[in-house]
Amino acid sequence: MKTQLKAGVAALSLLAAATFAADIRIDGFPDYDTQINAIKDGLPQHNIEMLKNNHGDHHNKLKTNLATGSGAGDVVLIDVGFIGSFVNAGGFVDLSDFYKGMAGDYASYAVEAGKGNDGKQYAVPVDLGPGVMYFRRDYMEDMGFDLDEVMTDWDTYVAYGAELKKKGILLIGNASAIANAYYRFNVAEGEGLYFDADGKSLVTSERFVRGFELAKAVRDGGMDGNISEWTEDWYAGFREGKFATQMSGAWLLGHLKNWIAPDTSGLWGVSNLPAGTYGTWGGSYLAIPKQAKNPAAAWDLIQYMISEDIQLAGFKNIAAFPAHTGTYSDPSFNESIEFLRGQKARQMFANIANNITPVTPMNGDLIAEDLVNQALDKVLNDGVSIEKALKDAEKQIKRRVR
Amino acid sequence: MNSDIASPHDLTQLEETGTQKRERFLTKFTPYGFLSPYILIYGVFGIFPVFFMIYLSFHLWNPVEGLSSMEYVGFENYVLSLTDPQLWQTMWNTLVMAILSGVPQHLFALPLAYFLVMMGPKVRHWLTTAYFLPYITSTVAVSMIFYVMYSKDSGIINAVLAYLADAGWSSWLFGGLKDVLPLGWVQENSLIRYSVSFVVWWKYVGFNTVIYTAGLATISHDLYEAAKIDGANSWQRFRHVSLPLLKPFIFFGVTLTIIGNMNLFDEPFVLTVGGQFAQTAGKTISNYLYQIAWEWLDMGAAAAVSWILFVVIGIFTAVYFYFFGRQGLGGE
Repeated sequence: MKTQLKAGVAALSLLAAATFAADIRIDGFPDYDTQINAIKDGLPQHNIEMLKNNHGDHHNKLKTNLATGSGAGDVVLIDVGFIGSFVNAGGFVDLSDFYKGMAGDYASYAVEAGKGNDGKQYAVPVDLGPGVMYFRRDYMEDMGFDLDEVMTDWDTYVAYGAELKKKGILLIGNASAIANAYYRFNVAEGEGLYFDADGKSLVTSERFVRGFELAKAVRDGGMDGNISEWTEDWYAGFREGKFATQMSGAWLLGHLKNWIAPDTSGLWGVSNLPAGTYGTWGGSYLAIPKQAKNPAAAWDLIQYMISEDIQLAGFKNIAAFPAHTGTYSDPSFNESIEFLRGQKARQMFANIANNITPVTPMNGDLIAEDLVNQALDKVLNDGVSIEKALKDAEKQIKRRVR
Repeated sequence: MNSDIASPHDLTQLEETGTQKRERFLTKFTPYGFLSPYILIYGVFGIFPVFFMIYLSFHLWNPVEGLSSMEYVGFENYVLSLTDPQLWQTMWNTLVMAILSGVPQHLFALPLAYFLVMMGPKVRHWLTTAYFLPYITSTVAVSMIFYVMYSKDSGIINAVLAYLADAGWSSWLFGGLKDVLPLGWVQENSLIRYSVSFVVWWKYVGFNTVIYTAGLATISHDLYEAAKIDGANSWQRFRHVSLPLLKPFIFFGVTLTIIGNMNLFDEPFVLTVGGQFAQTAGKTISNYLYQIAWEWLDMGAAAAVSWILFVVIGIFTAVYFYFFGRQGLGGE
């Protein structure tokens, strides 16, 4: 009898929920499923469901959804790398009016990047990727090196690699990350990563040449392992301490701590990039596809996800660095991080986030990224000259970006 | 065929009643009703894409911008693709890997099938099943396992080679490897084609073996006996009895290999981690067209590339038919 009553009540409340609450779906990639599960009870008026796919599949699915005009969630998570191709595609709801009053609370460079060429806000930042360098303390101060000296500029950084090599330690897993960091983190104001404001290719510019040169110096000096990133060998390299540094977004900390190399806690530190460069590496956005069945409820969810408390919760749950700059004064930003041997790293991340020069996402970013990486592969692995590789890449970019 | 059933009615009856008309309609179209699920699915997923792709290859289309953004560009996509150095590079990569994996497949499968047949039905059935197993296993799963085995630092292949280079009994042969180990099987442009080809070979050799065993089973035992009486040894029986009679099967198998290998996608895709590494030598034309379509969001150019690939495969197959078709198809 009692169970029947319970079942009846449950059925009734389910029915009620179905009638009054909007069912909305958010499409995204890990670790946002963890975050959504942790926070969805805070928005009881809507029934939130998450469709999770891995990073690549999620974006492929989104492309198909946009192409066919159906199948996308009410809210979609978009990696910054795709923003340039997506914001001008006309498939998303203009959020300018909703976002207007609150845009000032978020890192301005990221807000800018979410705008289309028409100046309207199609995507809003939810997490950021302040660019940093993770380093092994046992190969740095414990061996008598001075961090500030090593990070003075890129040459001192490479010189540090040469010293490490004598001790049989690699500077970095794959030299390509150095080139990537260099050209990502030295973008002039108003420029895109690969194109200037007028859409002209920049890939033969000094920024790329120098980045390639640095990577080549490291590769030729035998200071890297030529290990493919995001593969088992790379993870093993972190676990076994094969290499001393890795540059990436601040988010790498979450991966290192949670699953790549949890046992190396206390051996790591984080630093600004050589020469004190500020830059961004990664970050995610939220947007509402025009095909969304319930855009109003979708905005409720976005607003909730980018609210100060939830941004902080995301930082704690999945180490997603908040886009909301108001969070940076939270006491938790002064906490020391055990994994980084007690370093108060969050202040550094916040400082970087506040100082990043905006990089304008461009239509041809995805094509240019592929072709530049291909050129880098040719320089590092096939001995093609930097000049030729970049020229070839530029020629192809010009042809391909139509 | 169905109209045959209905036609006697037409002749004898000048005027049809409503019921008869309906009946006639039903007899005529009921079979199509039963066939409709297949026709529908084949139409939507088989026929329509082919024609849509012809249409697409003359348009500029970024799928993310929706169907309405399609823009007619004439032959631009074809011109762009045919003058693209990467297209020819990937075409060459595909061809090299097709040969590296295709030729050994048949050279290995033929004698293997012969031995299997010689061993008698019991052994043959078990072993054919075993050899066929890779073929029915998911390509992606297989490639991922191979990826782990090829791994530079933690892979079993490098571990075994390192052991052989070190161990006393084998170092005379493998000692030279010491300087180059660990080998980046899937990182190095110089090795990737072999690494990919081996996986393809491993996966399809069983399929060809099954074709050849089936072929050998069709050859009458009398012929072998006659040859034996004439004094032919085992090799001569294989060379002069089995091989000529297997020609149609070889023809079939090789044709499938040509078409399949030129479309090679999964193995190189997984082994190069989605085209991130060793892509200069390891990227096939199918990988490239996937990249153009789904990473660069240029569906028109991708459609043009796939038609170019279609023509190339057509040419290869036509050349093969021209030289071997008459024998292969059993004619004189």
